[in-house]
Amino acid sequence: MKGRRVTDDAKRSGFSRRSFLRGGAAGALSGGLTTGLLTGEAGAAAADSEATETVGPGPVDVELEVNGATHRLAVEPRVTLLDGLRDRLDVTGPKRVCDRGTCGACTVLEDGRPIYACSRLMIESAGRSITTVEGLGSPDAMHDVQQAFVDNDAQQCGFCTPGFVVATAALLARHPAPSEPEIEAGLGGNFCRCGTYKGIRAVIAGGEGGGVSGG
Amino acid sequence: MADYSWPEADRRAQIGARPARLDGPVKSTGFAKYPSDQNPSGLLAAKILTSPHAHARIVAIDTSAAEAMAGVRVVHVIQGEGSEIQWAGDEIAAVAAVSEDVARDALRAIRVDYEVLPHFVTEEDRDRAPGARAAGERAEGDPDAAFATAHRTVERTLGMPQMAHMCLEPHGQVCSWDGDELEVHASTQAVSTLAGQFATELGVPASQVRIRTEYMGGGFGSKFSPDRWGIVGAELARKAGAPVKLFLERDQEVTVAGSRPSAFARIRAAADEQGRLVAWDSDSWGSGGLPGTGQTPLPYVFSRLPNRRTRHTSVPTNLAGSRAWRAPNHPQACFLTMAVLDDLADELGLDPIDFLERNLDLTGRPDTYREQLGIAAEMASWKERWQPRGRTRAGAVQRGLGVSVHTWGGRGHSSNCDVTVHPDGAVEARIGSQDIGTGTRTIVAQVLAETFGLELHQVRVSLGDNVYPQSGPSGGSSTVGGVTASTRRAAQDALREVLVHVAPRLEAEPEQLLAEGGRVFVDGDSSRGVSWREAAAQIGGAPISVQGRNPGRGRLISSGVGGVQIAEVEVDIDTGVVHVERMIAVQDCGLIINRRLAESQVYGGLIMGVGYALYEEWIPDPVSGRLLNADMEFYKLAGLVDVGSLEVHMMTGPGYDERGVIGLGEPPVISPGAAISNAVANAIGVRVPYLPLTPDRVLDALAGRGGPA
Ligand code: FES
Ligand code: FES
Repeated sequence: MKGRRVTDDAKRSGFSRRSFLRGGAAGALSGGLTTGLLTGEAGAAAADSEATETVGPGPVDVELEVNGATHRLAVEPRVTLLDGLRDRLDVTGPKRVCDRGTCGACTVLEDGRPIYACSRLMIESAGRSITTVEGLGSPDAMHDVQQAFVDNDAQQCGFCTPGFVVATAALLARHPAPSEPEIEAGLGGNFCRCGTYKGIRAVIAGGEGGGVSGG
Repeated sequence: MADYSWPEADRRAQIGARPARLDGPVKSTGFAKYPSDQNPSGLLAAKILTSPHAHARIVAIDTSAAEAMAGVRVVHVIQGEGSEIQWAGDEIAAVAAVSEDVARDALRAIRVDYEVLPHFVTEEDRDRAPGARAAGERAEGDPDAAFATAHRTVERTLGMPQMAHMCLEPHGQVCSWDGDELEVHASTQAVSTLAGQFATELGVPASQVRIRTEYMGGGFGSKFSPDRWGIVGAELARKAGAPVKLFLERDQEVTVAGSRPSAFARIRAAADEQGRLVAWDSDSWGSGGLPGTGQTPLPYVFSRLPNRRTRHTSVPTNLAGSRAWRAPNHPQACFLTMAVLDDLADELGLDPIDFLERNLDLTGRPDTYREQLGIAAEMASWKERWQPRGRTRAGAVQRGLGVSVHTWGGRGHSSNCDVTVHPDGAVEARIGSQDIGTGTRTIVAQVLAETFGLELHQVRVSLGDNVYPQSGPSGGSSTVGGVTASTRRAAQDALREVLVHVAPRLEAEPEQLLAEGGRVFVDGDSSRGVSWREAAAQIGGAPISVQGRNPGRGRLISSGVGGVQIAEVEVDIDTGVVHVERMIAVQDCGLIINRRLAESQVYGGLIMGVGYALYEEWIPDPVSGRLLNADMEFYKLAGLVDVGSLEVHMMTGPGYDERGVIGLGEPPVISPGAAISNAVANAIGVRVPYLPLTPDRVLDALAGRGGPA
């Protein structure tokens, strides 16, 4: 069989996470496919900081608060908040699943707002306060939402659960009795493979084990 | 010799109850450490370079630039010069480095020259497949004569594509060597069998390989082996002298780490004037990537259909080999069969439930299905709400109902469990099984607590480690039967030993004693008893430790279940968008250990079913041979708002409980594709021949075009 001779040399494309993030943000602003948190202000902020300040590619000092503790560390600008949390700070509650703003498994709160940690650079979170699922409660002192996930069996393998717990807590903090469109906006960006949505619905609505508001 | 059994219904405290899963709190707080969360000190990150070509020969590979990069520790060529690559995504080389970003940089610096060869990735086009081969032909009765005299015949070409397992935790592991002892934190469904497979590949004794899987993020049939990346990860760690974490990137996970085979078929089926099935002829084909596929079990459930002929063709493609996917072969066979039977019912002018009922003697479980069809129809208000096919409402949005039936085995696998009773009353089980999200940890604890008359918090279960007694891989709904049977046998034996020590103190025979409610007492005179703690203190200074096994004596488990599902959908005939409004599942699984977790399994099956019915498919690009949707944007899972209302009815009580424990992971995921497709046909009046039921396929069917698969 006679074949075509090609060389696979990825350097040529110069494709990197940074160019992806830039491209993704631009795409979202022009009504592209990104459904997640790169839309709107986060995307604009990324584009802005690119225009006004150049950092890296070497490590940059960052200070941020994670679950109440202040951390100072030097990270390359390309390191995402998610990878920084997981690999540098050993905060492994947020999970990496799609790594590009689709699945919600990496959801954390930044200054109280839910964001996809995979789609944020750690340097962008400098000076901010991050709360992960571990920061909401612990097995012996669970947050109401965490307790409701247990009571309503809203988890099987549990890999999507940290993201869902954080997103649900954020949703219910804003809308204690959310409407269907509010649920769609709040949890439509999280996916579960095992199929735990029935339990998550019960968490929101108050099911067998009692919802969050229903106690 | 003592026998083993489950307690009678009125004596059960734990079995059949609804306790919350024991590992719920650690999971919902993020404290559970999954294999991919392990960060031992000195950890290196590894990444794998894969082939962008679906079929190629490696002409040259140059890793020198990667090796020279700062932070790179090991570069390992997996398939070198001269290797023939058979699918895009196949592993070429791996790098271990100080961080993932550095490892990715190093992959970009590896230069590979390929000779690109012709590929084939579109198996629905069987006639163009270069490697298609006959894979079985069977005949019974005289199909030709039966078709010739039949009252009504339908003929359809139907199919469903390959789809991904899409485990949220990707495949992979963290490997650490201590001398020539290897420890692997693996995301696996097979804690007890993995060590031997690592050992053979790495040239160390299996006794020196430790496998640990406390938690894992989903497998669905795709995580039974170390895989090439497991062996490579261990090799990198050995060469680097440091622990190595190697988990697949999402695109790799979708492309190489698990898919369900496709199934297509041209089917003819016929019935007589009484609506009895009389003939079947199917010509099926499908692919599971390079290995092709085996025969799909057609006709499904109605396997005693007289006068049938089945032929199957296996179609290899240049795609990574498929893996077992929840209920292997069944969802495909179910869709192909139930869609044709539904069309035949329409042709006969019969309500499909009526039609199925007329033919139940062709199944292996007519009584079960009859009862379940009755319950499901009642739950769906089928009699009042079902209407013959076609548009029944004004406007674009049409409603429809569809039904399907399925079956599964689910016998417990081989399992060993050590149960220990300590003199202070502590009770623990150690079992080399794994909790893949189904609740294994919780049900083992329930069996322990039930047997010793204790509360769940008073017993301890250790699993997820191959230092514990061998227990089978979690596949085919075999775990619940295996682990509950081995645990029950060990626990009953251990309890008998305790009772022998307690009996003299209560001036009774051991056989007269019961352990219930935290006490041990004489049956019929509960005042003659002691607390569990006191009872345990009688055993002396050393703990009692007993191993239980499955299979073994006593009727604790069995196999063979039926299930019925009904789907209700809305279809917008202007846009082709299908929405599942409601799914009803009626399912038996023998004796249920935990009602809550059993229901969760069924809900999960329904939800996964909505996914593959409406959204999920591998889309290989015929030109490049690569998947066009190796991600989560274009490979869409069902979301929270996509699944409608879900109702589950578990068959329990007399007639079911005494069958013992039967597995439940597979059955509920079998019927959704068929039930939803049938509901759509009922709503719009025509069959959409292919899954998933995407808007373009729905619009094609409405326009009278079969449309491309
Ligand atoms: S990992 Fe961040 S959205 Fe999927
Ligand atoms: S519980 Fe397994 S992915 Fe959601």
